[in-house]
Amino acid sequence: MSEVKDTQGQLWEVFIQTKKGLPFKHFGSVHAYDKEMAIQNARDLYTRRGEGRGMWVVPADAIVAIDSSDDESFFDPSNDKVYRHPTFYELPDGLKNM
Amino acid sequence: MDNLNLSKFCIRLGDHCLIMAHRQSELCSNGPFLEEDIAQINLGLDLLGQAEALLIYAAKLEGGTRTADDLAFRRPERQFHNFMLTEQPNTDFAFVIVRQYIMSLYLLKTYQALSKVEDDTLSGIALKALKELTYHERHFAMWLKRLGDGTEESHERTQTAINELWMFVGELYEEDEIDFMAQKASYAPTGIEMKTFLMEHITAKFSEATLETPHSIYMTTGSKKGIHTEYLGYLLTEMQYLQRAYPDAKW
Repeated sequence: MSEVKDTQGQLWEVFIQTKKGLPFKHFGSVHAYDKEMAIQNARDLYTRRGEGRGMWVVPADAIVAIDSSDDESFFDPSNDKVYRHPTFYELPDGLKNM
Repeated sequence: MDNLNLSKFCIRLGDHCLIMAHRQSELCSNGPFLEEDIAQINLGLDLLGQAEALLIYAAKLEGGTRTADDLAFRRPERQFHNFMLTEQPNTDFAFVIVRQYIMSLYLLKTYQALSKVEDDTLSGIALKALKELTYHERHFAMWLKRLGDGTEESHERTQTAINELWMFVGELYEEDEIDFMAQKASYAPTGIEMKTFLMEHITAKFSEATLETPHSIYMTTGSKKGIHTEYLGYLLTEMQYLQRAYPDAKW
């Protein structure tokens, strides 16, 4: 990391639920010094136009992510067997968000 | 309350919002960091929306000879009735936070009363504004605590801002004949109710933030008669420049 001190605070990832019952989606990130400032900054950046009904902020360093060099071993072996995907079911017409 | 007096009442409230909105707009690109810069402008935009709604209604109540834009951009300094507190400059971030925190409390109490009136336009404006002001109070209170109970430097600057701005707080619970008419019609809290509400919240929040509430009792007065500090003239010069240089200019 560089020697220049970052004074903007910690990085937080913002997840927003656009409607009750739907899953939370990643919207972006904000800088903040603590939880209260993080949720306020996220509100001011991402939910001013009625985008959400629910919101999470998570410290970016609390998120465990795989290294991009691991892509192949994590993801590639999954597509060679048809039974891994539930493609043999017929979905009713009224079903949404699948 | 007849239409003309109700119009004056709306202009006062609209003026507080308009002048604060302009002060907040001056922070654009000058915030301490990006997120807070955007937050401050958002809060300014809320206030501008409230000012617009109130001035449109005031213009209508007057009889339609002036528009809301006329009220905002063509009145001279002596016809503005915003509190002197609202026009005080953004000397540093602490001045912004102290000024806006105290005014957020004032507007909360004011809109609480207005949200219950029978006048649908006013109660509608107040109900929407109440949601916005609840957040304003939370945001500015957070900063007040952070600055007051922060570093030695931030504490000292915030205490300085409080001491410098304190003499403008008295106007927030001062009363004249328009206030009495508004109170009689339950459009506004009484001066005593407002003072009690403000002082309870301010002293509690200041002490939580390790800040002192000043004991000085000298308070300035005058904005209800159109008397202002030197800062309003400069503010209006900038805010009204376009309409003065190019009357009736349109986008």
